[in-house]
Amino acid sequence: MRAGAGDIELAGLCKSYDGVTNVVDGVNLRIPDGAYCCFLGPSGCGKTTILRMIAGHEEPTAGEIVIGGGNVAGLAPVERRTAMMFQSYALFPHLTVRDNIAFALRVRGQSKAERYKAADVMMEKVRLTELADRLPANLSGGQQQRVALARAAITEPRVLLLDEPLSALDEQLRVQMRQELRRMQRELGITFIHVTHTQLEAIALADIVVVMEKGKIKQSGPARDVYAYPCDRYVAEFLGGQNVLSGKVEKVGDRFVVLSQPNRSGIQVRLGTEARVVVGDRIDLAVRRDDIELVRADAGSPDDGATALPSRVTAIEYQGSFVKVMLDTVPDEDFVAYVPERIFFRDPFNVGDVLLATWSAGRARVLA
Amino acid sequence: MTVALGEADLPMIRSRRSSAVARGDRRPWTFYALAVVFTLYVAALYGPMICIYILSFQDIRGGLVFPMKGQSLHWFIDLFTQVRTGDVKGSFDRSIKLAALVTVITLVVSLMAGLAFRRRFFGDTVVFYLMIGSLVAPGLVLGLGIGLLFQWIGISPSWYTSALGAQLSWTLPFGVLVMFAVMSRFNSVWEEAARDLGATRWQTIRLVVIPVLAPGLVAVALFGFTLSYDEFARTLQTSGSLNTLPLEIWSMTLNVTSPSLYALGTVTTIVSFVIIGACIGAIIVINKRRGVRATGH
Repeated sequence: MRAGAGDIELAGLCKSYDGVTNVVDGVNLRIPDGAYCCFLGPSGCGKTTILRMIAGHEEPTAGEIVIGGGNVAGLAPVERRTAMMFQSYALFPHLTVRDNIAFALRVRGQSKAERYKAADVMMEKVRLTELADRLPANLSGGQQQRVALARAAITEPRVLLLDEPLSALDEQLRVQMRQELRRMQRELGITFIHVTHTQLEAIALADIVVVMEKGKIKQSGPARDVYAYPCDRYVAEFLGGQNVLSGKVEKVGDRFVVLSQPNRSGIQVRLGTEARVVVGDRIDLAVRRDDIELVRADAGSPDDGATALPSRVTAIEYQGSFVKVMLDTVPDEDFVAYVPERIFFRDPFNVGDVLLATWSAGRARVLA
Repeated sequence: MTVALGEADLPMIRSRRSSAVARGDRRPWTFYALAVVFTLYVAALYGPMICIYILSFQDIRGGLVFPMKGQSLHWFIDLFTQVRTGDVKGSFDRSIKLAALVTVITLVVSLMAGLAFRRRFFGDTVVFYLMIGSLVAPGLVLGLGIGLLFQWIGISPSWYTSALGAQLSWTLPFGVLVMFAVMSRFNSVWEEAARDLGATRWQTIRLVVIPVLAPGLVAVALFGFTLSYDEFARTLQTSGSLNTLPLEIWSMTLNVTSPSLYALGTVTTIVSFVIIGACIGAIIVINKRRGVRATGH
């Protein structure tokens, strides 16, 4: 396998089923060889369709798919050297684990001895050896996933495509199998493309997170970039962990803006840098939930560079390592502070308390 | 005939029964009333047949009505040795061959129709209703028509041409309808997975579709076989000069006045039951092998 064989380029990729609406609408993306890439988005955003087009189970309406430098239009999955792991695994119910894994070799005409030898090696790798003669119906969800993974990997693909691989598992197993996927990816050293609607899964696994909405890529990049620096309100809200303040710019000052909303005006927010906004603009500001500090209203004003918005506590949820405090800082919108557990319980708040939600100047970002 | 559907229904019925026992310590009076109705129904359904089976085991003095005169296998021996009772062996032979032929054709066509009808295609509704049409058409008239048509074209009707066609007009719609039920539980993602792993279309059908559908295909085959083996109305005017077994039995009722007629009924029933038993056994074995109940780990 030559170097860079598993890099993928999508250029102007479109897919339409009815000729009117595009389910996938002009997607451009480069995924380097050996990367773990997650497509993240709500159901119906076109992420699975992209996966199926890369896999060769669907043909694009327009655009190109280039894998390892070659255009793969019209090629069968095996010729593309891609392999897919289906959502509910699609294990063949009439075949044993060994026969399921050896299926790809069987259709290539390998002898029984030959293909079983290869299957045994693969089963060793995913720790399925003692289950070799079981049928899929007699396997747990996690074991089924490992069979599906082994069955796909035995074709020696350069790209493995995973369609919501963890959705069929319960919560605990999901975390466990997540690590297994990552381990397999590292071991095989090939490109993984993983489709999910769970942001936790995406940011925990991926080298590259691609956030999608209505057939378009909203933002793509390393997990931390997408999580910490969302480009717009949609991405910020989908990934969570951010409060988004929106409003009309009332006044722009030296490193601060004043926003107004229909039900509230005079929201003064300090910015770390000079804001490139003008009076009258509608803007969104994002502040990480764990950057917000809660100060009692009578504890004196916070330091000069900080923003301080008076708020009332509407609900409190204990989350273990932190406490989720919900506030009415902005009307009709969620505003949440993640307070580290130890800090919270030094001086716990109650629902109904009035306090100041503060954050230092550099923490607020203007979204596109 | 309902036995062919047993594959999926058995566990369902079983669980329903166990839950009823667990729940109800006292059953309502309607249970007993309906139980009586059901018992009467079963008695009316199987009673006459059982009478025939019993009467076939009389000895040489035996007649066509009760009371029973002695016990022996005399009339079974008579059936296969006496020429005057009719061409039992020959007609049995033809019926089995015809039923086998019908089964194979029904199986192949039903499978293909089941695969085809998963998607909409031009004229699919018309094709479907035409198929149902041949199911509701009166068999005797249909058989008469086929017989006439063959004579008009100038082909002499026989069991392996015109009768085969007439029987297929009956078994195919049934087979296809059963196949629809079977296909509803088939997930096309298996085909996609096979394709993803490099299987050709033919390999996908041979290695995935047919094995996965096997229990359902056995059910379709059973339908085809039993419907053909029993068929009378459509075969009557189309079988030509040589009779199938049901026709032979019918003609025997006109001229044979001994219990060997009953013996023939018993033999054909046994053949039917053996075939049905074999098919259900096959379905159970396949499902058991696939471990429908998960054993855990």
